[in-house]
Amino acid sequence: MITLTHYLLLSAVLFTIGLFGVLTKKNAITVLVSTEIMLNAVNLNLIAINKYVGADGIYGQLLALFVIAVAAAEVGVGLGIIISMYRNKESISLDDFNFLKW
Amino acid sequence: MVEFAMHNAWLIPLLPALSFAVIAIFLWPWPKASSTFSIIMILTSFVLALAVVYGVYTKPELIEKSLIYTTRWFSMPGLKVDVGIMLDPTSAMMLWVVTLVASLVQIYSLGYMEGDPGFSSFYAYLSLFAASMLGLVLSSNLLQMFVFWELVGLCSYLLIGFWFYKDSAREAAKKAFITTRVGDFGLLIGLLSLQILFGTLNITDLAAKAAHFQDFVSAGTLTLVLVVLFLGPIGKSGQFPLHVWLPDAMEGPTPVSALIHAATMVVAGVYLVGRILFLFKAVPTAMHVVAIIGGFTAFFAATIALTQTEMKRILAYSTVSQLGYMMLALGAASLTASMFHLMTHAYFKALMFLGAGSVLHALHGKAHIHEMGGLYKKMPWTTWTFVIGALAIAGIPPLAGFWSKDEILLVVKEAAHEAPGIYTPLFWLAVITAFMTAFYMFRQVFTAFFGPEKPENHPHEAPWNMRLPLVILAILSVIGGWVGLPWMEKGFGYWVRLGEYHHAEPNYLIMGASVLVALAGIYLAYLMYYKKAIDPDRVAERFGVLYKLSYNKYYIDELYLWFNQLVVDGMGKLLYWFDLYVVDGIVNGIGAITRGSGAVLRFTTTGSLQNYALVIFLAILVITLYFAFGDASYASLFLGGGK
Repeated sequence: MITLTHYLLLSAVLFTIGLFGVLTKKNAITVLVSTEIMLNAVNLNLIAINKYVGADGIYGQLLALFVIAVAAAEVGVGLGIIISMYRNKESISLDDFNFLKW
Repeated sequence: MVEFAMHNAWLIPLLPALSFAVIAIFLWPWPKASSTFSIIMILTSFVLALAVVYGVYTKPELIEKSLIYTTRWFSMPGLKVDVGIMLDPTSAMMLWVVTLVASLVQIYSLGYMEGDPGFSSFYAYLSLFAASMLGLVLSSNLLQMFVFWELVGLCSYLLIGFWFYKDSAREAAKKAFITTRVGDFGLLIGLLSLQILFGTLNITDLAAKAAHFQDFVSAGTLTLVLVVLFLGPIGKSGQFPLHVWLPDAMEGPTPVSALIHAATMVVAGVYLVGRILFLFKAVPTAMHVVAIIGGFTAFFAATIALTQTEMKRILAYSTVSQLGYMMLALGAASLTASMFHLMTHAYFKALMFLGAGSVLHALHGKAHIHEMGGLYKKMPWTTWTFVIGALAIAGIPPLAGFWSKDEILLVVKEAAHEAPGIYTPLFWLAVITAFMTAFYMFRQVFTAFFGPEKPENHPHEAPWNMRLPLVILAILSVIGGWVGLPWMEKGFGYWVRLGEYHHAEPNYLIMGASVLVALAGIYLAYLMYYKKAIDPDRVAERFGVLYKLSYNKYYIDELYLWFNQLVVDGMGKLLYWFDLYVVDGIVNGIGAITRGSGAVLRFTTTGSLQNYALVIFLAILVITLYFAFGDASYASLFLGGGK
């Protein structure tokens, strides 16, 4: 039997992996991809709860659709920023971007 | 006319106040106009005062129950203060004295201050003073009296320091104001305490409540309050230990000395105690304090006057001594004796000060009596009026001083029946002081006015406007005491009194003793300073230490100066250190802490976004854990129903 707990656990694990990537990776694009992983985890969460917790309606799936759309837009913006970063410094390693260091 | 004056007695202080304002704003460029306006105003007040006096002294019912006109000054929840005019024989007598001496002094100043660049402002200040003193005398509420009390103190400061370009005058003015301020602090505390305890500062209401004061306050507390309040009169009336400003106040022009420091302002303290004497009578210990301070001051100041050589200083210490007599009389629970002496003292002391002024005017400011001599030849009016004043103060009948001083001795003797431990020594002090008074006065008379002339002096008699007040005051010094002769049925003692009319038997023993003592003083002065039968310098040597103490005023000024430097300046230095190191230290410390913590915390800005994201994540974690496990109301939300 696949219960809600399985989905929630999977989503938690995915979220943690994504969070780890966001916090640790040096490559900016990798960070973006990790963000996508986090967002997908959240989508899983929403849909699973919508199915297993007995509320009327498809609001979980609806919100998941919104999140997909927003994620797509966000990636577009993020890539634009990365291109701008590259044009400034010839590199997209986040270690190089510490202008506000003391 | 009389009715008008009594209904509108508030005009009496108002006219001189108006004079002050008009001179200060408009008339000051024209000295003659200023003085004329001022004199017209004060003479009008004098006429009104005469009408009031006549009106009051034909209404015996005012003795028991004063005529009061009041109106509400301000009121707050729990506090109502009235302001008003109080007419009764005591205030009428004070009106007479103040307007009389003020008028005479203003006329005198026409001659004395002629040519002084500050002629107009002198008259402005004199008018302001007259207004303040008259306001004080007519006050029906103690708070109102306090306002005028401070005003007369201000006028005293302005007038003592009138010749402000003189260092000594400025210092003396400051000394006067600050010393009386010390006293006024006590007065204020006392007044506030009275307001809190009795709920009112109206004099008549206090009198009504004083009869059963135990309902409001315990005897001990009331005694303490009254003793603290008495500090004000100690300062203002020059009692020991706050007498130090009066002799220095002689730096002011002589008309000022005559008006303020002899006849009127300094008696404000005596008047205040007299007005609330019913409170003092309720707690005899407070009365004893008044009597002891008064008696001691009288004796103490007389011992200093014995050796002084400046004319006005001798008169100043004499004033302190006579004020001590007045306080002593109040301390013996006699409003009559005190007020009587106040009135006669005003006559002869103002007379003598104006006479001294005449001498100073003639000798261009020379004040040491040993540099004068034989003035009687060229200045007969001054000399003989001064002699009349001296005889009056010495207490030679039938002049005024004899009757009033005798009255004081009589009441002190009577008080000694009740509390001999206190009043018998005071009685003897008073008698010895009478001897000293006669002696030092005639020492001055014989040295300055009689004896050989000094060739370097070219005295001339005073102009008419200075002689007229001298003559008027001399006449009053002779007949002024006849309103209170002991054989009179309805004399001074009937009108000005507190409580039952106590018609004492004339005590011929005391009368005779005081005359003898006065004559002895005069005779000793005659021997030492006229006939030169006894050499004063040898006497001074014989008395060695005592002479030095007396001549240097018992070093009290030096003592106060030392105390001032030690305590006041010391406190100042201590508090300055505190302000510099502790207060500023704390303020600067806060700044230092900010800088220090900033220097450490800046290392948290690594510039790396991922570090910031980590911090945010950790914070969210902590908050979530707190709400899940720490706060029960949210636990159900996070954990799906219970821990």
